[in-house]
Amino acid sequence: MTWGIRFSLGTLAVVGGTLLTIAMINGFEHPPVQTAQGGYRGTGMDENYNPRTLAALHAASKLPGVLPQLPATGPAASAVYKNVHVLGGLSVGQFTRLMASITTWVAPKQGCAYCHNTKNMADDGLYTKIVARRMLQMVQHINGDWKQHVATTGVTCYTCHRGQPVPSQIWFNEPGPEHAHGMAEAFFGKNQAAGSVNDSSLPYDPFTPYLEHSTNIRVQSTTALPAGNPQNIKDTEATYGLMMHLSRALGVNCTFCHSSRDFSDWSQSTPQRVTAWYGIRMVRDLNNDYLNKLHDVFPANRLGPLGDAPKINCATCHQGVYKPLFGASQLAGFPELQGPVPPAAAAQ
Amino acid sequence: MAMLSFEAKYRVRGGTLVGGDLFDFWMGPFYVGFFGVTTVFFTLLGTALILYGAALGHDWNLWRISIAPPDLSYGLGIAPLKAGGLWQAITFCAIGAFVSWALRQAEISRKLGMQYHIPIAYGVAVFAYVTLVVIRPILMGAWGYGFPYGIMSHLDWVSNTGYQYLHFHYNPAHMLAVTFFFTTVLALGLHGSLILSAANPGKGEVVKGPEHENTFFRDFIGYSIGTLGIHRLGLFLALSAAFWSAVCIVISGPFWTRGWPEWWGWWLNLPIWK
Repeated sequence: MTWGIRFSLGTLAVVGGTLLTIAMINGFEHPPVQTAQGGYRGTGMDENYNPRTLAALHAASKLPGVLPQLPATGPAASAVYKNVHVLGGLSVGQFTRLMASITTWVAPKQGCAYCHNTKNMADDGLYTKIVARRMLQMVQHINGDWKQHVATTGVTCYTCHRGQPVPSQIWFNEPGPEHAHGMAEAFFGKNQAAGSVNDSSLPYDPFTPYLEHSTNIRVQSTTALPAGNPQNIKDTEATYGLMMHLSRALGVNCTFCHSSRDFSDWSQSTPQRVTAWYGIRMVRDLNNDYLNKLHDVFPANRLGPLGDAPKINCATCHQGVYKPLFGASQLAGFPELQGPVPPAAAAQ
Repeated sequence: MAMLSFEAKYRVRGGTLVGGDLFDFWMGPFYVGFFGVTTVFFTLLGTALILYGAALGHDWNLWRISIAPPDLSYGLGIAPLKAGGLWQAITFCAIGAFVSWALRQAEISRKLGMQYHIPIAYGVAVFAYVTLVVIRPILMGAWGYGFPYGIMSHLDWVSNTGYQYLHFHYNPAHMLAVTFFFTTVLALGLHGSLILSAANPGKGEVVKGPEHENTFFRDFIGYSIGTLGIHRLGLFLALSAAFWSAVCIVISGPFWTRGWPEWWGWWLNLPIWK
């Protein structure tokens, strides 16, 4: 090599190396850090947090103000308004308060007109009104029938919506990049550094099999020697992909639920794993019975690339926090969201 | 015990690091020295404390005996003896014994007129231990981040601490450390097989020398690092393995709190292809 080529290559290597090193160093965090000890001392069952990131999450988890509760006196909403299916048993005052609260939670900028034809509030012409009605039933179903997951903290529209008409964390069935199929397939959804699996090499869509379909998550053999466990390494990677999603959605690591000495053993796991188990079933239930059933209601621009309805996963409510909104609950102020509201006659 | 013929030449007093000629003598074949005494002191005290801790435990099953560090809530303070204080005292004794041993190696090296390769090499292993139980806990703010002293319990700690960062194989320093460990083994395998075959000739053949060994490797892989070079390489590889092990754990927590796969975002976000 001539001196010139050597010099240019050398300079290029030094400059490139320096830039790469700067980019890499910038990626790190720094002390002080914060930790929540989860297990007996010395077991390493700890959740690590960066207090700067945590402060941002706390700031993003501020609850909106609550309108004062009103007594259940006066005429029922169903007697005064037309076309009230879900909340007809509430008094007009309670009904109006909830409508105003929903506006704050879901469409604070857009206002009533986001769901209602303001010339005729009873009109079902806007698809958003049909969706909102179903979502109200969904919230009542979650708070009434999924206490194993949401306990008495429960959810309101705000838990997912956070002041936006469409929650920020939703998902669709993903076709993925173009790839060969059949015997030539070497893709299997892996090595995409997808955000859904925390930038790991794991299959990028852990949602469709586990949070829409009921694919078996448990892959670990229960016997020391091979004895007919049909799960293969592909299934295992998909399971790990789902776990990566859970971890990122809740801002926790594997040891929040599992002792890594035996992931599958319930007796060595933390109580949080039971809550998570119900959570996965709850999300499946909601995706199939509520969101997928709204498929025909949504206009085309609200559907995914494969034409499916928007769906939820753990991040939709949790948004990076182990308990959505750090466990703050507004449900006590909204008894009408704690379960189905009985119709007006029964409410008397 | 009888001295070997050349030993008299090296059994000279002086060259100690502290204490003048205090303990500067031999007991049988063993050099005592000031740091030999401190090593024995810390070793006996530490072992006695471990036995005391084991006696406080639920049983004497060797696999289950464990001396656990304090709860994180004690921070960098002293914990009660039965709530992790024992771990703190044992850690102090362990570091006292390890450092004494390294200094004893340094004194012997001085007496032998050698350089300090041995204490430095041993010191890297001690540094890795100190990183685990002192440097990282101080950076994270609690002694409770140290690992428990027990056969199974320390493995549980290693496993859980790895899973705290989701997938430890994505830790860049862990990648380097693992690579150096494997390369150390490869170099040792190549070197050991060469020495064994050179020193164990077939019937009627003579022991082979360095020229023969060099020829073999030049023929085999096109290069021979040589008799001195292989030992320098081995030292470099082994010390790098231990050094990057220390780095890989000290960056996990103090300098990164999330999953290691996510850390590679800096690569995904390089402006060239972002």
